[in-house]
Amino acid sequence: MNILVCMKQVPDTTEIKIDPVTHTLIREGVPNIVNPYDTYALENAARLKDADPSVNIVVVSMGPEQVRTALKECLAIAADKAYLITDRAFGGSDTLATSYILSQAIRKIEALEGYTFDAIFCGKQAIDGDTAQVGPEIAEHLGLPQVTYAVELSVEGQSCKVIQQGPEYRQVIAVDLPCVITFTQPDFDVRYPTIKRKMKANRAKIDAITAVDLSEIDLTRCGLKGSPTHVKSTFVPVHDNHIVMFEEETVEESAVKLADVLNDAHII
Amino acid sequence: MEAKTKDLWVFIETKEDGSARNVGLELLTPGRTLARDQGGDLVAVVIGFGADAAIAAAACQGADKVIVVDGVEYQHYNTDAYAGAMTHLIEKYGPTTLLIGATSYGRDLGPRLSCRLGSGLTADCTGLAINPESGIMEWTRPAFGGNLMATIVCPDGRPQIGTVRPGVFKKQPPVEGAAEIIREDFHMPEEEIRTHLLEVIQEAAEEIVDLEGAEIIISGGRGVGGPEGFEPLKEMAEVLGATVGASRAAVDSGWIPYAHQVGQTGKTVAPKLYVACGISGAIQHLAGMSGSDTIVAINKDPEAPIFEVANYGIVGNLFDVVPALTAEIKKLKN
Repeated sequence: MNILVCMKQVPDTTEIKIDPVTHTLIREGVPNIVNPYDTYALENAARLKDADPSVNIVVVSMGPEQVRTALKECLAIAADKAYLITDRAFGGSDTLATSYILSQAIRKIEALEGYTFDAIFCGKQAIDGDTAQVGPEIAEHLGLPQVTYAVELSVEGQSCKVIQQGPEYRQVIAVDLPCVITFTQPDFDVRYPTIKRKMKANRAKIDAITAVDLSEIDLTRCGLKGSPTHVKSTFVPVHDNHIVMFEEETVEESAVKLADVLNDAHII
Repeated sequence: MEAKTKDLWVFIETKEDGSARNVGLELLTPGRTLARDQGGDLVAVVIGFGADAAIAAAACQGADKVIVVDGVEYQHYNTDAYAGAMTHLIEKYGPTTLLIGATSYGRDLGPRLSCRLGSGLTADCTGLAINPESGIMEWTRPAFGGNLMATIVCPDGRPQIGTVRPGVFKKQPPVEGAAEIIREDFHMPEEEIRTHLLEVIQEAAEEIVDLEGAEIIISGGRGVGGPEGFEPLKEMAEVLGATVGASRAAVDSGWIPYAHQVGQTGKTVAPKLYVACGISGAIQHLAGMSGSDTIVAINKDPEAPIFEVANYGIVGNLFDVVPALTAEIKKLKN
C-alpha cells in the first residue's frame, strides 16, 4: 500500500503576533512547525505501517526551501520518502490553485515512483489558513472519493473503514481505495522520532519538483494570478467595549452585585 | 461558469429526520439583505430526505424561493450525492452567490463544489457584505488563529461561494411567507456514491452539547485547574439552564470533552450571556465568543485579555466568585 501524506509548514499560530501598522505577521522568533493536523495524518499512516511493514509512506509539501526542515521531521517520524514542490510561479496561490498544483505534482510523483497512490492523507486544515479546502479539492482534481474529519481508520484489501468525527457523533464511513482522507485530532498521540530515524532523516536527499518538471501544468491556474480568490484587505480585530468591574470589599459581595445587575437587566 | 441570475443561494443542511440544521436558517438572515443588495432573489436550497420540515422552516425565514432535492440517497450526508445535486442545480439556475454553513458537512461540500465549478471559496466567514460599487461579495474571515481578519473577494468565478460559521448570525422569528417551492427531480445513481455510512457510534457517556443553540454559556479555562474544577460551573449552569463551555486549554488538558470547546478550533457561539471563568482570553478563544450579547469575565489576573472583550468583570478566584454568584442567582430565582 502506497500512502501519500500532504503536509504544510506553518508558523505556530499560538505564538504569532501581528504588526498593528502593516498588518503583516511578525515572524521573528515564531517557530515554524509541521501543521498539527498533518501530523495526525502522518501518525495514522504510520499506524498502518506498524500493522503492515510493506506500507510505503511518501510525504509531500509545497513551499519555499525552508520547508525541507519540516519534511525531514516527517521522515524522522514515519515517512519513507519526501518531495518538495517549489517554484516562484506557485507563490501566492489560493487553495484552488494550491490543490491544482499538488494534484499535478502527485501525478508526477506517481510517474517517478512507478506506482499510483492507494490513499492520500491530509490534515483536516492548516492552522494558519484554517480553510480545510485543499484536501477535498485535491480529491476533486484527481476524481477520488473523500472522507473528511477522520480520526482513525482500518484497511482491509481495497476497502477502508474510516472513523469520522461527525456533527454530533463519531461514525464509521466505508470507502474504497484509492481515496483522499483528511484527519482531525485522534485519541492517540503522535509518535516521537527515534534518534536513529532523526539521523537518517538529516542525511536524506529530498528531491524538488518545480514548474518545469510538471509538463502538463497550466501555469495560468497557478500562483496569485491563477487564483480565483484574492485578499482585498486585512485588519487586526479590535474589541471596543465598556467594562463594568465589580470591586466590593470581598469577591463574594462583588458576585452578589453582579448577579443583581444581570437579573435587573433581564439577562438571567 | 457564468451567473444566469443575481440570486443569492443559501444551502439548508438537513438532518436525517428531514429537519433543517440551524446554521442554514441563520444564514437566511444576512441572506435577505445581501440578496437585495445584489439585486436578486433569496433562494433556500434544501437537499435531504423527507425534508418537509426543512422546507417549511426555510419558507418562513424570508426566502423568496425554496429549491428542493429530495431522495433517500440524501438522508445521510455524502459528498458525491450532495456535490452532484448541488452542481446540477447551480448549472441549471446559475446563482451569483452561494452561502453554506461551515459545519463539518458544509466544509466537506464547499471545496468539492468550488473545485468542480472552478470558482472561489472563502471558508469560515464571520462577516459578509456586498461592495456597493463592484457589486461583489466581500467575505471577511479570521486567519492565523484569529490574530488577523482578512477580507476576501472572488472577482470572476461564479457562483462566489463562502462557508459561514454557525452562531455568527441569528435566526429570525418565523414569519408567514409565500415562498415558491420548486421541486427538482434529481437522483444520484447508487454506483456513483462512493462513501457509505456504516454505523453511528453513540457514546452513551457523552451527552450532546448544544453550544450553538445555548442562550447562556458558562465556560471554564485553565483557571479551573482540573476536571473537578468544572463542578461549580456545572452547578451554576444547572441553576440558569445554561450549557457548559470550555477553552482549548481546558480541553487539551483532558478536563472536559472536545464537544464543549469554544473558539477558533471549537464552536463559534453568540449566546445572550457568556460567563468566562478562569479563561485568560487567548485570541483563538475570543474568535469564538466575542459575538456574545453580554460577556462576564471572572479571572484572578486583572491583566487577562478576556477583560478587553467583557462587559462585566470580577477580579478574583473563580472558586470564591462562582459559588457566591450561584447562591445569589438561586435566591433571585426564588
